[in-house]
Amino acid sequence: MRALLLGRWLRAGPGPPRVPPRPESRHRGNGGNGGHGPLRQKVSVEVLDHLEHLALVDFRDSEGVERLHKAIQFADQLHEVNTDGVELMDSVLEDRCLYLREDDVTEGNCTKELLENAREKVEEYFVAPPGNIPLPKLEERETFLQGS
Amino acid sequence: MLRASLRQVSAALKEGRVAPTELCQRCLALIKSTKFLNAYITVAEETAMKQAEESDERYKRGQPLGILDGIPVAVKDNFNTAGIETTCASNMLKGYISPYNATVVQKLLDQGAVLLGKTNLDEFAMGSGSTDGVFGPVRNPWSYSKQYKEKSVPKSHSEESDWVITGGSSGGSAAAVSSFTCFAALGSDTGGSTRNPAAHCGVVGLKPTYGLISRHGLIPLVNSMDVPGILTRCVDDAAVLLGSLAGHDPKDSTTIQDDFEPFELPNLTDVSKLSIGIPKEYHAPGLSSEILALWSKAADLFKNAGAKVVEVSLPHTRYSIVCYHVLCTAEVASNMARFDGLEYGHRSDMKDSTESMYAATRREGFNDVVRGRILSGNYFLLKQNYEKYFVKAQKVRRLIANDFVKVFRSGVDILLTPTTLSDAAPYTEFIQEDNRTRSTQDDILTQAANMAGEQGQELNCFPLPSHFTCPVPLGLPAINVPTALSERGLPVGLQFIGRSFQEKQLLTVAKWFEKQVQFPMIQLEEVKRHDSGVFQHQKSASFS
Repeated sequence: MRALLLGRWLRAGPGPPRVPPRPESRHRGNGGNGGHGPLRQKVSVEVLDHLEHLALVDFRDSEGVERLHKAIQFADQLHEVNTDGVELMDSVLEDRCLYLREDDVTEGNCTKELLENAREKVEEYFVAPPGNIPLPKLEERETFLQGS
Repeated sequence: MLRASLRQVSAALKEGRVAPTELCQRCLALIKSTKFLNAYITVAEETAMKQAEESDERYKRGQPLGILDGIPVAVKDNFNTAGIETTCASNMLKGYISPYNATVVQKLLDQGAVLLGKTNLDEFAMGSGSTDGVFGPVRNPWSYSKQYKEKSVPKSHSEESDWVITGGSSGGSAAAVSSFTCFAALGSDTGGSTRNPAAHCGVVGLKPTYGLISRHGLIPLVNSMDVPGILTRCVDDAAVLLGSLAGHDPKDSTTIQDDFEPFELPNLTDVSKLSIGIPKEYHAPGLSSEILALWSKAADLFKNAGAKVVEVSLPHTRYSIVCYHVLCTAEVASNMARFDGLEYGHRSDMKDSTESMYAATRREGFNDVVRGRILSGNYFLLKQNYEKYFVKAQKVRRLIANDFVKVFRSGVDILLTPTTLSDAAPYTEFIQEDNRTRSTQDDILTQAANMAGEQGQELNCFPLPSHFTCPVPLGLPAINVPTALSERGLPVGLQFIGRSFQEKQLLTVAKWFEKQVQFPMIQLEEVKRHDSGVFQHQKSASFS
């Protein structure tokens, strides 16, 4: 305790420690994994590709894929918990009614402001490239996953 | 004067001892000379001076709008501010000028506060160091304090390599308050993002109950957990800010409809009716011995003053991190979907199709951390994984909530826990860990648990494990109170967690504790040069 810059309150004599002196022991079943679930199989390239399509975001490199694996491994710890008969909780405000406003127009007519930040527009329209064209398939796309 | 508390300076404004324009000018000058901290992304000099001039007029007429009139404040750059760039420290929103004010920003302005600028953060508020934004890392003002310099054995002779991080993700806001460039700042707290940097920068960081303060205009990370955070120099100031910001907002349906009565904090003298809970699971592996000792001393402090101090158990604590991880990434995956380049923000030049344009835009606009979370979130939400992960996490959330209900029902009023595992890490060490555990960096949770399990002592210099943000998935209010300086001369704080919507009780206890510990004021050369006169007679250590 000498090391801490001492305010008077800190110099009071020690009593029995009121905080747990030792960390909670690591729970059984983790072995040397330190807080991860057991190592599992890697995610298939098909699923990775599917994720890139859904998210419209790329893994970019092996680090990105590894990140996902670690995230899954971490999340797997949830399965250690027994949740039989437990009701899920989707909101902390579940005991309250959702507020709905009266259906009255209170603001609007701000087309100019809304268009202000768009890069490409024509009159009062946002301009997008043609739709209904799916992303190229894995083989044709420039993606890290191609090599996998 | 710059070192005074918000209430003190407000009184000075009212009594005419200083004018809002002078105050604003000094703050702006200090911001300039502390630019190396990189706390601000945007400094709104012109608009701030204009607001200060208007405040001048009101004071001259004897009609100030309230206690916040003329007070310089700063706002984290993930709150929308009309006419001022809002970037979330991301390439995705560089150049985006908000067309509207977030409700909390509007409330501040309506009460005459002077908005100095937007503060730096981790990109999209994802991170616990404020090192991951595109505008670079924020430096902890304490790195330049007399207290730190006296204790440090510089590895090289350059200050450049010795500086420590602020923690995050509201690091810019914490640094701004800590370095006296503003009297209060807004942050956001989803997984500890206000309390963590508050602890590392030696300021008060309050995360109010979910539903108390409007999130309208706060660029969302996790809709069910985000809360605007309040950073101030003392607990009384936090109560003032809370009073100005709390209350139902028709534009945010997740704000509760109950009336909110702003309050002044009583000066508690008798704590004998108080019951303080010490959750045993919060002694996380990796907790530094310094903080453990401090926590213990704090418990003794309450006991010796007559309060009831009991050890309690929150058995599912260690799963709260995992639960948070899954729910957070899932919501992030959904929230980040709005960034496609079409209506605002960065837009790629790719023109082949909407999908390819979106993909390219997002590829160019988001950093590794953000992309990583989006992909993880999407994985957990896949049809084949939905029950196994997302729903499972929601069930575990219920179990965690029940733990707290049980503890609070047993008569405990407030929980006392550490805020961080240790004091602030040097930047060079922090990013090394990053690179090594790169795959887990994007998730402070993963990182925390990883380190805690395998790496023992090395981890002393890590910031908050989400272990301590346990109350976040449940919306409970929590506050960091700066407690003492570490062996290295850096701030260490402790956290108090209260019952939902019982901010008055939480803050009252925090204020009592603050008074007992008398946390020292930072001694910064820069500030001495800019400060003067008005409050010279005041002792620097007290914030009463």
